Amino acid sequence: MLEVNNLQVRYGGIKALKGISFKVEKGQIVTLIGANGAGKSTTLRTIAGLVSPAGGTVVYEGEDITGKDAQKIVEKGISMVPEGRRVFPNLTVLENLKIGAYLRKDAAGILETADYVYEMFPRLKERSWQMAGTLSGGEQQMLAVGRALMARPKIMMMDEPSLGLAPLVVRDIFEIIKRVAQEGITVLLIEQNANAALRAADYGYVMETGLITLEGTGAELLDNPQVRDAYLGQARKKRKKPAELTDLSE
Amino acid sequence: MTDFISANLPYLLGGISVGGQYALISIGYTMVYGILRLINFAHGDIFTVAGFFMVYMSATMPLYISLPLTIVLTVALGFGVERVAYKPLRQAPRMSVMISAIGVSYLLQNLMWYVTGGLAKQYPTVPFISGTVTVYTATTKMVTLVTPILTFVLVLALVQLINHTKIGMAMRAVSKDFETAKLMGIKIDRVISVTFIIGSFLAAVGSILYFTNYTAVTPTVGAMPGLKAFVAAVFGGIGSIPGAVIGAFIIGISENIIKALGLTTFSDAFTFALLIFILIFKPSGLFGEDDNEKV
Repeated sequence: MLEVNNLQVRYGGIKALKGISFKVEKGQIVTLIGANGAGKSTTLRTIAGLVSPAGGTVVYEGEDITGKDAQKIVEKGISMVPEGRRVFPNLTVLENLKIGAYLRKDAAGILETADYVYEMFPRLKERSWQMAGTLSGGEQQMLAVGRALMARPKIMMMDEPSLGLAPLVVRDIFEIIKRVAQEGITVLLIEQNANAALRAADYGYVMETGLITLEGTGAELLDNPQVRDAYLGQARKKRKKPAELTDLSE
Repeated sequence: MTDFISANLPYLLGGISVGGQYALISIGYTMVYGILRLINFAHGDIFTVAGFFMVYMSATMPLYISLPLTIVLTVALGFGVERVAYKPLRQAPRMSVMISAIGVSYLLQNLMWYVTGGLAKQYPTVPFISGTVTVYTATTKMVTLVTPILTFVLVLALVQLINHTKIGMAMRAVSKDFETAKLMGIKIDRVISVTFIIGSFLAAVGSILYFTNYTAVTPTVGAMPGLKAFVAAVFGGIGSIPGAVIGAFIIGISENIIKALGLTTFSDAFTFALLIFILIFKPSGLFGEDDNEKV
């Protein structure tokens, strides 16, 4: 459904992505895991049209969407839940949802989708008229997901949805991710919480300093000793630095 | 008592009127700042150019054409300035955009000198608002009464636009977070253009009301009201529309009270002393927000 080929991104002289390739199959939850600065966020931001790539292609449903405007990407059905939730604090919960449907013209349909989001997150319905800035972190994350759903996306990209949330809330967030997938929406998830992400994911990729170094099904990666060493906090005694991982791309 | 009222009423009316005119200009400053975090130094000059548009248009055309045409041209100028001088600098540091704004300001001023030859141009009389009216014991121009009413109506309309329309919602969103707004599919450039169009429109209306009180327009005559409107925007809390309007009325009325006290020489000084005072003790202004983000 989404295919990234040899994608490269440069910030000034620094190569943030050194040519990564991966695929997201329809209906799956695919995750990119990796340490801080591995280029996960850059990957999502490039697909979303916020960063223009220095090379490579992004193909979505057979169409080359490389370097298109953010607006065009949303229109085509790729929504993003940005890192740190980024709800509009000065807009009400309902307005935040409505703005998620900014490109849609069907007023009745928009309200229908809002009802559907409220059904999914009853807590948001209770707070419909509250300013989004007054919500708790977990509620804001629900709102950020709901807002992305408002565009009726085919793919939802999520950038660190569990970041900065309490452990109990993190569990809720992963439940939400699974529900989104059950609704038939393909999910591309990036996470530092590798354990939870791989448990939820159908397929995963491991990123390291701008390259994809490992890939496999969620279960395979969970069992992979290198992944366990570097990202899952197990086998502490023999912990290797991520840099020592075998580079599959070579 | 009657003496007191009849002595001071003209000043109060004048203060409310000039406050309304400052308000119409200051909204342009505050809205552009709210969205672009840019002090649009050219805004005061756009206000002055609007005065000259009126002078030249009304020389050859009847009022019912020259008046709307002045507004349309001013809006086009504001829109054009943004497209030419600010839009190409969207990714540039804020300082570059500010320098560009100062450049536009000087460009407009010098163009006005060039076109007018530095001579004061007589401002046309606009029927109805130039007429005189007697309020209680004070005789004043009709514009004194029209200004606050028109200001009120326009501000009300603007607040409705911002709070209850799709473009208004987009403006509020863009003012908080450019990038996320883009992810929603909002065309940032369009929202910015609309902001400049609204600001220039209000400046044009303000210009017509302001210059009606004076006989002539010169290239520098707009600098003072422009600056004072800017002070009003800072006083009210830059980025806040109600703040700018209230700040403008407070400044307008205070200036005139000072004049009524016989201290005319100090009326301008008061405004700028107020600016210093605010910047020292409450830089966020009356209604300005301190950006607190929830982590």
